[in-house]
Amino acid sequence: MSVLTDPPKPSFRLSQLLYDTRYRSITIQVIAFILIACGLWWLVANTISNLNDLGKDFNYSFLGSAAGYDINQQLIEYDSQKSHGRAALVGILNTLLVAFLGCITATIIGVIAGVLRLSKNWVVSSLMAVYVEGFRNVPLLLWIILIFAVVTESTPRPNEFRGEDPAASMILADSMAITNRGTYIPRIGFTNSMSGNEVVASQEGLVPVASGGIDWLLVIGTLIISIIVVRTLNARASRIQEATGDRPNTLWANLAVLIIPVGIVLFFLGATIVKPYLKGFNFTEGVHLRNSLIALWLALSVYTGAFIAENVRAGILAVSKGQTEAASALGLQPNRTMSLVILPQAMRVIIPPLISQYLNLTKNSSLAIAVGYMDVRATLGGITINQTGRELEGMLLLGLFYLTLSLLISGVMNVYNSRMKLTER
Amino acid sequence: MSDTNVSYVRKEMLAEAAPPVSEIGPVRWVRENLFSSPLNAILTIISLYVIYWVVGHVAPWTIGGIWGASSLTECREIRDATVGSDHGIACWSVLSHRWHQLLFGYYPSHLYWRPVLALLLFLAGLVPVLYPDTSRKLLIVSAIAPFACFWLLWGGSVWLPVSTALGFVVGYFAFGLATRLISPLAGILAAIILPLLYWYFIAGDLYAALADTVPLGIEFVQSRDFGGFMLSVVIGLSAIVLSLPLGILLALARQSDLFIIKTFAVVFIEVIRGVPLIVWLFTAQLLLNYFLPPGTNFDLTLRVIIMVTLFSAAYIAEVVRGGLAALPKGQYEGADSLGLNYWQSMRLIILPQALKISIPGIVNTFIGLFKDTTLVVFIGLFDPLGIASAVRATTEWNGIYWELFIFIGVMFFIACFSMGRYSLQLEKKLQREHR
Repeated sequence: MSVLTDPPKPSFRLSQLLYDTRYRSITIQVIAFILIACGLWWLVANTISNLNDLGKDFNYSFLGSAAGYDINQQLIEYDSQKSHGRAALVGILNTLLVAFLGCITATIIGVIAGVLRLSKNWVVSSLMAVYVEGFRNVPLLLWIILIFAVVTESTPRPNEFRGEDPAASMILADSMAITNRGTYIPRIGFTNSMSGNEVVASQEGLVPVASGGIDWLLVIGTLIISIIVVRTLNARASRIQEATGDRPNTLWANLAVLIIPVGIVLFFLGATIVKPYLKGFNFTEGVHLRNSLIALWLALSVYTGAFIAENVRAGILAVSKGQTEAASALGLQPNRTMSLVILPQAMRVIIPPLISQYLNLTKNSSLAIAVGYMDVRATLGGITINQTGRELEGMLLLGLFYLTLSLLISGVMNVYNSRMKLTER
Repeated sequence: MSDTNVSYVRKEMLAEAAPPVSEIGPVRWVRENLFSSPLNAILTIISLYVIYWVVGHVAPWTIGGIWGASSLTECREIRDATVGSDHGIACWSVLSHRWHQLLFGYYPSHLYWRPVLALLLFLAGLVPVLYPDTSRKLLIVSAIAPFACFWLLWGGSVWLPVSTALGFVVGYFAFGLATRLISPLAGILAAIILPLLYWYFIAGDLYAALADTVPLGIEFVQSRDFGGFMLSVVIGLSAIVLSLPLGILLALARQSDLFIIKTFAVVFIEVIRGVPLIVWLFTAQLLLNYFLPPGTNFDLTLRVIIMVTLFSAAYIAEVVRGGLAALPKGQYEGADSLGLNYWQSMRLIILPQALKISIPGIVNTFIGLFKDTTLVVFIGLFDPLGIASAVRATTEWNGIYWELFIFIGVMFFIACFSMGRYSLQLEKKLQREHR
């Protein structure tokens, strides 16, 4: 005869906190939490007492006071009477501008170099290998300084464009001037500006123009609406294709929707191209791209382009040869194989590292300090801090800006990854 | 049968003809590789032109360069006398004249043997780590090397590194004893707390006592005399060595099930990685004093090393996390089924494999870090670029530009390219082993 005994009642003893794996994790976390909190408290307490010793407080009111310094490259209206906050915004926009331009050109350079490096042509592929290895293995800072030196040393002075037989001449039908003070490109002005700005002719014989934010808003707004319409048209075409198997030709409709409304808006605003021209010792009118911007942009593009080239190469190599063979067994033409079979699979491998290269490029744009480009580190993290003595607040804000930017970019990457993830059984 | 005797069937073999010239040898290679299609031909011609243009401009300038002059003016005089003033040629004399500054900064010249010896010692310590086949006893060298390097570089009393190193010895024995007597958790706590207590209360007095009784030391060198490639190497190597343990711990924390620890690791890693290094360097320069107890003030080089260590720890954590994630789940389950606790399974099963996979990534992180050490020029340290500006500021070499930058670029290229090759080779080897 067997005696059934009740299982022992679970009772909690203090030693379980250390020996029982169920409770130990709680113990560890509580200890860790206390340690982290102590550490943070220690840092904050130190900071407070240090601030007290220096007679400083922690506030952001300096962002509202007048900045008192000039910024030579600005996308929005700014002068030295504007506030430090406005200066920071100008810097942020400058950072975003060079990062955006850099991402575009780096992608183009990287894709071309990556594809050419896989070429069977020995000369081309080894040239690309030299480019990639040369740029990847030398510090970016050195490239920025070198390219800045090339851009300023090897370009003509503005006064060399003068005279009957000038030593230098403008390119692209006299619309673009590359000088050692920067590159001047034409801009678009409006003869019937909606902004209410005064319509002026900068030189006799030129069409009087004005330009305001509202004009550009109007143009961009029209463009966005056109794009939405195009997307609806394409979605409809896809629906018809799925229902009937025939896809209606949308090319002309798309082109018409994209071009005609913007064209009409531009026509009514009286858009004209304003070319830069030599006046006094310098070029005026047009858009002035400073050499600091050009050098930083070029250096970031070619440096990041080398990294992107490696990603592109790895992505194309990652698609197994069986895929190409299977596609040709199905009877697909080589170019259809490329566009329908290889590229979609390669993109899946290429895009995530590509986005992290964009992130790197954006962070590396802070090396603008080497050429004096006024990015956010130079305005908010540089002159503003020096003038107001608010290094704690300024650096915190600067860090937050970069952090937000990189979290945004990695957020985009995560969304892409989850969308593109292979659905496995 | 007469069928076989048809007149139009050839009876004897023809002699083998040589293949057409266009189908053999270099001609065929050129045809197939360089001119197989119009596009390819255009690309070849463009590339050849680019190569011709670059070599044609750079080669005369480089090869005809002048060595042995003692200033830029002298260089120009030699140039005018030999090739004429309208030819630009390099003035490499700046390298033969100032190489010691570019390599060692302002380190006292009679002590150059010390950084060199420190580097050799470090490499010797690296051997047993990188090549696991060598004797385990050599790991002693790896353990001593960091302290010996520190002493060789900065100099001063020998008792400072010794009394600091004793803390780790204390931790080691405390871990062993407490694990055997109480529990593994107690062992870890003891290994953390006892050395801290030792450093805080005992180390300083011990150092003072030892230094008083047996004054043994070498000439002290201030960190502001460090410069050139030596500074880059010191910052890069010490940051990577210090950040490895920190990075591994962060990676483990990020992979752990403990919510608070995981959150802390994620926040730390993402904050560090989300902000550019240059902002962290300015933080080290401007803000670090705010966060430390009032009155603390220490050397900028040391602050930079701390900041760069934290920075690379976050990157290494991500690399190691990749290694941890790449291990098959069976390894974790196998370790659990053997009855190993967390630290045992990590130490004996998981980390050896995960770290092995991560070595190429760690080397790549180091390459990036080494290149990024050039950024310290912005906070006033004399890295190679800083030294280049200093050289240019002297009267002899005012106006020299390209030669210095090319030298620095080539040095970085050699270092980074060879490390990159090593990591690539390792990657291939690991891939083979896994199949």
